[in-house]
Order: sequence, then structure tokens, then C-alpha cells
Amino acid sequence: MPSDEPLTAEHVLEFPGGYTRTTGPVIGRFLTELRAGRLVGVRTAEGRVLVPPLEYDPATGEPVTGEYVEVGPAGTVTACAWVPEPLDGHPLDRPFAWALIKLDGADTALVHAVDAGNPKAVAAGTRVWPVWRGERTGHITDISCFAPEVTKIVSPVRSAYTLRAGGALGVFLEGIGRGVFVGGRCGGCGKVYVPYRLSCPECGLRIAERTELPGTGTVTTFAINNLPDPRAPEVPFVSAYILLDGADVPMIALVGGVPAHEVRHGMRVRAVWVPEDERKPSMASVRWFAPTGEPDVELS
Amino acid sequence: MAQRCAVIGVGQTHYTTKRRDVSMAGLVREAALRALEDAGLTFKDIDAVVIGKAPDLFEGVMMPEAYLADALGAAGKPMMRVHTAGSVGGSTALVGAGLVQGGVHERVLVVAYEKQSESNATWALSTHLPFSSSLVVGAGGYFAPHIREYMRRTGAPGHIGTLVAVKDRLNALRNPYAHLKIPGIDRAMVESTPMLWEPIRYLETCPSSDGACALVLSSERAATGTPAWVHGGAMRSEPIFRAGRDTVSPQAGKDCAADVYRQAGVTDPRRQIDVAEVYVPFSWYEPMWLENLGFAAEGEGWKLTESGATALDGDTPWNPSGGVLSSNPIGASGLIRFAEAALQVRGAAGEHQVDGARLALGHAYGGGAQFFAMWIVGREKP
Repeated sequence: MPSDEPLTAEHVLEFPGGYTRTTGPVIGRFLTELRAGRLVGVRTAEGRVLVPPLEYDPATGEPVTGEYVEVGPAGTVTACAWVPEPLDGHPLDRPFAWALIKLDGADTALVHAVDAGNPKAVAAGTRVWPVWRGERTGHITDISCFAPEVTKIVSPVRSAYTLRAGGALGVFLEGIGRGVFVGGRCGGCGKVYVPYRLSCPECGLRIAERTELPGTGTVTTFAINNLPDPRAPEVPFVSAYILLDGADVPMIALVGGVPAHEVRHGMRVRAVWVPEDERKPSMASVRWFAPTGEPDVELS
Repeated sequence: MAQRCAVIGVGQTHYTTKRRDVSMAGLVREAALRALEDAGLTFKDIDAVVIGKAPDLFEGVMMPEAYLADALGAAGKPMMRVHTAGSVGGSTALVGAGLVQGGVHERVLVVAYEKQSESNATWALSTHLPFSSSLVVGAGGYFAPHIREYMRRTGAPGHIGTLVAVKDRLNALRNPYAHLKIPGIDRAMVESTPMLWEPIRYLETCPSSDGACALVLSSERAATGTPAWVHGGAMRSEPIFRAGRDTVSPQAGKDCAADVYRQAGVTDPRRQIDVAEVYVPFSWYEPMWLENLGFAAEGEGWKLTESGATALDGDTPWNPSGGVLSSNPIGASGLIRFAEAALQVRGAAGEHQVDGARLALGHAYGGGAQFFAMWIVGREKP
């Protein structure tokens, strides 16, 4: 193949169709068992179990016994090396570990890939199990890889609801839709609750009288939130307890139009509404509360 | 007249970020077996099981008590589940104690747990329903304004929260079960961590833990081992949206303390109670609860903290175990306070033992500081 570089050329040396390997009886048995989904080792004259099997015991040079022993299927990693960027010829196309794996019942370790997800999930001592290929042919790649034991599953729980704002919330949000805060006065204690509600938490009595409150109030206390949450306003944001004028319970609302660190206890604020044509029966219609510029209120 | 009730067994798991090696069933069983071993008993000796945990949304297991009955040896026995948000561990102990004091059962196994690593509590506490605006993120987002209000009212200097954060973590170094172990922790380290929900810094908050705690409660005639005697127990709640509610020092907390003190004959808690395990998930809650529980006058709690009185070697040690600031399997956190109080009066608190502790307070709160549970346990019979 011509190359852009002078005096440089690409060349491929590949025996067409691939070399064959005659397995001999010992390796052949191992691969035949693999094709059947089993892992076996062979016993040496000294009684050790070699996995993968060898024809001649490397310790003594003697032939192995011909006794095959089922091992595994799980094993223990004895050593490993993490491969952050797999190459073309590697068994996995994502980062993995090469590992020496001593299968249960074996005296020697087998080299294979461990699909562990991240390098912290595999180390000497990690227990691993074979992940079998769908179609087996009698090859070491009949095991596509090993993987750590299952210790965790993901259990998605998802409940979809249709929320219909009825009753008291409907009354309150209808008011928001037209730019007013609807509260309710308890017939027993006379306290004014906002948002509007059906019963008094103090007396337990039904709240019958509705009252419309102005969009002005006083910050009684607040937090400056620096912890991001995809569902919350961007940080830092100030969530404040705002006591609307005429109300007896504060509402939690966003304070805007002022740097977070200039918000104060007792600061006078006014609701800032989204433009009238964008207003809906939802708290999203109140953009935030912004300072009115009036003097701060002395809190008790 | 109620029957006497004693804590005769205490079992805890080690508290940690992730217990990857056990299921929820394995976790609660570990604590239960340790409590039974401490009492010299087996599941056969238990008449009823009471289990507590915080919201089901934390792990996404609906009615976990049904799944956990087998693990707690409850087959064929009465079993019930308690839920009062963060105070649930304390409430669970009190429900169990009530079954003994009322003469219903001789021995009750009480277990509480949380496996926070299965999801994220901040997510579960901030579900952001439609029509409202998304303003409060997690428990810290909820409690930060009330801490700020405490600081405004009392004029407490800004470093008080730091002192508690350091003190409780130093105590945790003495507790083998504690989650956070931060050798060398000091004010500078706490102050160097970011403000999450101003005025709450990262190291002024509790961790997220996996863990379980169990107690064996017994009647007087069925008691074994070294009992810690229940001298009083009380629960209170209050409506969170009540007009005029004091969110800094809730009335329910004051009422609950008054009730438990009356039962135990306590008129001066700071002098009479030798050690307290109080639910302090954000460091500023120590001075706030010192006042709410009557250990200090209104506005004076921070001075007690600043003086070192609440340290392990102070005159009124609070949270020698390291407290919620050091270990927080939420559903269990209240029961751990109750258990640690019992360990103290049994003289079994090991490295964090308060010398000569005879009377101890266990405290828990939950929700928007709207649920309270407390007990007082003593070395002597009431």
C-alpha cells in the first residue's frame, strides 16, 4: 500500500484463513468442556490441578494423569492490570482489567479479561465469575470475560400522578393566576393563613372567610442556598420566610433583584409577578420577592 | 402504675457511607443479633418486634416491615412499624417501652435502620410538587433559616456552630461505631469547608450513613444482664403551619421535655442529668436544643457550648458518642441516641463513657422540628 511518507509502506502478513492448531488430547478436552459450558483442569501426578490444563507438568516434566477435575465456575483474582484504552485485538471494547484468575479448585491461575467497569472494582482477592458467550465453539473466547459478583441491582421505581389542584389549593392558585394572594381567616382564633386553607391548624375549625392579601411583606428569616439541584433555581439563591402584610404565617418564597448577601432580617419586599399574559394559576407566576426600599422592620 | 421497663440489650452496626456487603435484611439482623447477644437471649425469648425507619422514599421500599419480619425473627409474633420522620428511632423505642410498661409483653425487640446509600435523602426530601416553586433543597435548606433566626435573636457569634462540629467529631474518634472519623479536626478545618445552605457549612452537617441499631426492652421480672431503667418517656408533635409557631424553640419540644422531666423527677436538667445524647444534625442545633430542653436559659445556650460545658469532660456532656453529626442512618439516628443514653448508665460506653453516669437523656426530633421523642434512663430502678 502506498504511503504519504517516502520510503514508508504498510504491509500485512496473514496466513489466509488463519493457522490451525491441533490441540492434542489434554487441551482438546479443556476446549470441548468449555464448549459445553464447563471449566475443567487436569490433575498432575503430584496431585495438583492445572487450569488451563497442560500436557506435561511444568514442575516435573512428567505427563499429566488424564484425570479431569471440574473447577470454578467462580474464581479469585490473584493479580491484575487495568487497561484504560483497549486495543483492536482485546476481548472488550471498553476499559477492562487483564487478570490472573485462580478458579475454585484449581492450583494455577488462568489469564482472562475482567469487565469491572472501573479500576477500583477489581484487585487481588476480587471474586469473579465467567460471562459465557451466546454461541460457543470450543475456544477460550467462549468465555467473553469474567465479571465481579453481583452485589447490587438497580431497582427503578417510578410513579406518575395527575395532580389536580382542587379545594383550598385551587382557590389559592386561582388568585395567583390573577395576581393576588388569597388567605383565610380562622373564625376561632382570628389568625390569617396564607396560602388559603380549609381548616385552622391551631383550632381545627373550618376557615370560611377568604381574604385577599397585598403582595407586600417582611422577610422574617432566610437561607442562602449554594447547593445546586436541577429542580431548584440556580445558586446562590435566597429562600426566605416572608410574612405578607396582614398574614399570621410566613410563606417560603424566593428573594430576587438583590444580591444574596444584601438580604436582611426585617427587609421589606414586594412580589414581582411575571407579565400578565404569562400568568398562570401556579407559583411560577410569582417570579420572586424584591426589596421595596422601605426601612427595615424591627423584628421581636 | 406502669410496669418498670429496662433496656437489657444494645446492638449497633458500624455506621458507614455504604454497606455494600449486606441487604437491608442483613443490616437489621446484624444489629438485632448484637442486641440479643448483649442480653444473653435469642429470638425465641422475644415476644414482639417494633421497627422504625424514616420515609419509604429513602430506599424506595414500600412497607419494609413486611419484608424485614423474617430477618427479625418476627414470624408468629406481633410486629409493627413506626414512622415519625427523623425522630422515628426515639418513637420506636417509646412504642416498645410502652408495650412493656403496659404489661402487654415481657420482652420487645426494637430496631431502627436506614440504608441511605440506596438513594439520596436530599432528593427524597425535595420532591418539588407541581404548582409550587422549588425553593427548599434537603433538610439543610429547611433548617438554615431557623438557625439564622436563632443567631439573630441571641446575637450568638458565628463560630459557635464550628465548636460543636469539632467537639462531636473529636468524641466520634472514641466511638468504634461512629461513621465520620476525622483525626486532627479543628475550627480552621471546619471553617475552610464551603457554605452549603448559609449559615450551615459542609462540616457543620451530618453525614449520610448506612446502619441499624437495636434494643431489647424487658419487664422487671424478665430482665437479664445489666439493665438501664426507663425513668420516663414522652412524645409530642405540633402543626408545622400553625400561626405564631416558634420554629427556633418549638413548643412541642418544651412540652415533651417538661413531661419526661416530670416523670423522672428532674427539676434542674443541667445538674441532674449526667449525660445527654441529643439529636443535633446541624451543629447549631446544640445551643438551640440546650435552650429548648432547659439546660440553659433562653438566649444563653450558645454560652454554655462556648464554655466547653457540653464537652466530654464538661459538666454536662452532650453527645459523647459523636452524635448525629458523626453518624446518621436517619431512621436509626434517634434510636442510637436512646441506645447511647442506656449504654452510659450501664457503664458500657467504652472510650466515650462519662464517669459515674447515673441518669441520661436520649432525644430525637424530626420533620420540620415538629415531632419530638425523649426518654430518661437511669442506673437505678425508678
